[in-house]
Amino acid sequence: MSVDLSQFHQVFFEESLEGLDIMEAQLLQLQAGSTDMEAVNTIFRAAHSIKGGAGTFGFADVAQFTHLVETLLDEIRAGQRPVTEHAIELFLQSVDVLRALLLALQQGERPDLSTAEQLKQELQKVLDSSAVPETASTDVVPAAAQSSAQGWLIEFRPDVDLLRTGNEPFRMVREICELVGQEAVTVEVDSSALVDIQTLDPTSCYLSWQIRIDCAIELSNLQEVFEWVEDECDIRYQALSQAHATRDVPELEAQPEAPVPAVEPEPLAVKEEVPAAAKRPVDASIRVSIDKVDSLINMVGELVITQSMLSQLGQDFDLSSLARLQQGLMQLEQNTRELQENVMKIRMLPISFAFSRFPRLVRDVGGQLGKQVQLKLMGEDTELDKTVMEKIGDPLVHLVRNSLDHGLETPEIRRQSGKSEVGHLTLNAYHQGGNIVIEISDDGAGLNEEKILRKAVERGLVSVPEALTPEEIHQLIFLPGFSTADTVSDISGRGVGMDVVKRNIQELNGSIEVQSEQGVGSTFTIRLPLTLAILDGQLVRVGNEKYVIPLVSIVESIQLEPRNMNHIAGSQPVMPLRDEYIPIVCMKDVFSLTKNTDLSDAMLVIVDGERGKVGLVVNELLGQQQVVIKSLEQNYERVPGISGATILGDGTVALIIDVTGLHKHSNERAA
Amino acid sequence: MSSEDVEVQASDEQQYLTFIMAEEEYGVDILAVQEIRGWEETTSIPNAPDYIQGVINLRGTIVPIMDLRRRFGLKPVEYSPITVVIILKVSTDQGEKVMGIVVDAVSDVYSIKHSDVRQPPDLNQDDNSDFLRGLVNVKDKMVILLDVGTLLTSRHPLELPSLSEYDPGHA
Repeated sequence: MSVDLSQFHQVFFEESLEGLDIMEAQLLQLQAGSTDMEAVNTIFRAAHSIKGGAGTFGFADVAQFTHLVETLLDEIRAGQRPVTEHAIELFLQSVDVLRALLLALQQGERPDLSTAEQLKQELQKVLDSSAVPETASTDVVPAAAQSSAQGWLIEFRPDVDLLRTGNEPFRMVREICELVGQEAVTVEVDSSALVDIQTLDPTSCYLSWQIRIDCAIELSNLQEVFEWVEDECDIRYQALSQAHATRDVPELEAQPEAPVPAVEPEPLAVKEEVPAAAKRPVDASIRVSIDKVDSLINMVGELVITQSMLSQLGQDFDLSSLARLQQGLMQLEQNTRELQENVMKIRMLPISFAFSRFPRLVRDVGGQLGKQVQLKLMGEDTELDKTVMEKIGDPLVHLVRNSLDHGLETPEIRRQSGKSEVGHLTLNAYHQGGNIVIEISDDGAGLNEEKILRKAVERGLVSVPEALTPEEIHQLIFLPGFSTADTVSDISGRGVGMDVVKRNIQELNGSIEVQSEQGVGSTFTIRLPLTLAILDGQLVRVGNEKYVIPLVSIVESIQLEPRNMNHIAGSQPVMPLRDEYIPIVCMKDVFSLTKNTDLSDAMLVIVDGERGKVGLVVNELLGQQQVVIKSLEQNYERVPGISGATILGDGTVALIIDVTGLHKHSNERAA
Repeated sequence: MSSEDVEVQASDEQQYLTFIMAEEEYGVDILAVQEIRGWEETTSIPNAPDYIQGVINLRGTIVPIMDLRRRFGLKPVEYSPITVVIILKVSTDQGEKVMGIVVDAVSDVYSIKHSDVRQPPDLNQDDNSDFLRGLVNVKDKMVILLDVGTLLTSRHPLELPSLSEYDPGHA
């Protein structure tokens, strides 16, 4: 084949991984003994397209493996086997193996085939075991059991629509001829369904065929020929025994040259062909719905129209057309903003991408721990930036594992404490202001305050344990090196944990809180910005410098009245605002600005951060605008109180205030 | 000035861009030089060391600017229209870092043989002397070769050796 297939590899990997996700999701819903053929069909179709793709692109390991899975699924689909717990487990493991294989291939590495081999043998064992119930129709032949009969009788009854889908029945016959040699093939056409010439629709297929092959050939090779029409026809393979086989054809040797050699079970030989080149970097890509792209194209179209209108206006401009110019500029602004919003939307994905792994995780971990858990996912359509999504995955897994391990109790304990034996774990996501909120809640034991406090004292993390409120005690679990698990298990309890979770979330400019009540359960709440790239900001002037304060964190701005400020000895000044005292942070002091910072006419911007409200003293409020966040760390280093930088309309740089960080930093300086 | 423009040199030779600061001539590996710009106003970074002048917008990237005189503890001078900023890039563990250094003036480009480079005189603080690559004599002038990586990433005070009585030509 002269076409360079490698350009499609990425698409294949993505689609296959998606297929695996579908398989997994369906498998998890499938119960032993289930007769839900729709689910089995979905799983089968996913496996089938992975196999097809793998065969086409020459990933023989994947194709071979999937073939076994597919065969087993096919038998279940045909009702020859019941859905057993064992089979579901095997399929789930297969999904894992396939995912590992695909990921390795995607990275350009040679995949580790040992687990695949092992699982293959197990699948084969299941296939070989004659689980075929006696009632199974005899005209359908279990693939593995009689795969090498002396010949085959294929009854091929295409659907009426076959031709319309671009399939050519005779192509399959030709392919079989190529496979076994023309003289071994006898084809009989059955034209009984043919209708009267007046009512005949030339695009419909009224014929069916009986193809007799007098030659030993693997059933799988034949199935492959009909692979693409399988869903659009009624096809039966009937093995011909020795006695039926009238001729023995020497073309047998032609077999290895079959169009798709993927199913030849010679893993060791094929293994060497794996492109084991240097590790290939994977281009990160994103799937975008056509609608989003279309609306972008529309908007770019509008932008072009506005641009041409403006340039026409500029060619012979006089003051009379000033109004039109202003109108045009307004339109330009609107176009740009819409375009920006929509471009940002491209990066947004529903959070179900991050949630989808949890049903499996909960099932596995719950089983491992002997706990019965019911997982509830809510708000799966909530959209989130792809980068945020990728980074939030691991912390979420950690929190869910934690809830399973520490939070939810074993069925006995739950029964004793009068709860239902099945523990409930809920993942919920929703938008709130400019943030996305993710809640992980369980109805388990809740945080054990005594135990946490004891551990914290043991490790010297707190000095005055009596002075802590329950909320403060809960916060202790986020300290580095903290773990209350009595036994260090595979799942959690190694002391690296919540602090890492917290740090990861903070890196995303997010925050995490915990609410817990002993015996009732605990809820972890994660707040994250929707996107990392753009923010609505309030531009302020402090001395000669301009800073951007994120608009979401601003509560209000008021005139500063110095006489209202109370200086409590040795700490920050505070100011009464309605019924609260608000600490005041003087930005010029915190940022060590000395030049021209006269604060006689200063403004106070009240912001709400993780550590509560705080008033920032600034000289002047400038405009509000959307700013693109640029990294300061990339070329410099992290600056306390600063979350990043942005470029203003005049090309100069303004720094973006990190409200929580600034508050913390000013406390540290005051202390 | 990008790496493509540099002619392939004999393997034992390396090209250095030199610049003047307080009457001394310094050299940096030319492959680390991204571009040379005039001085422009910076946005200052709160609580940064005094030698960090601030950051500028370099075609959409935020680039910190370091005053090399202050970095070496030399007497600072007023910036003028001919003050030069050399934008350097260096790869570190965290990826490529781009930073600008303010110098008095750009001087020349020399091809310097490795064998001609002399070790700098011993400094008291051994760890911090990494920023000096060596000394070399070009046309009877001494050029101090700097290591860009250490220069840009080190957070320690950097002290130049007193070089008045040191003549690498006779070492």
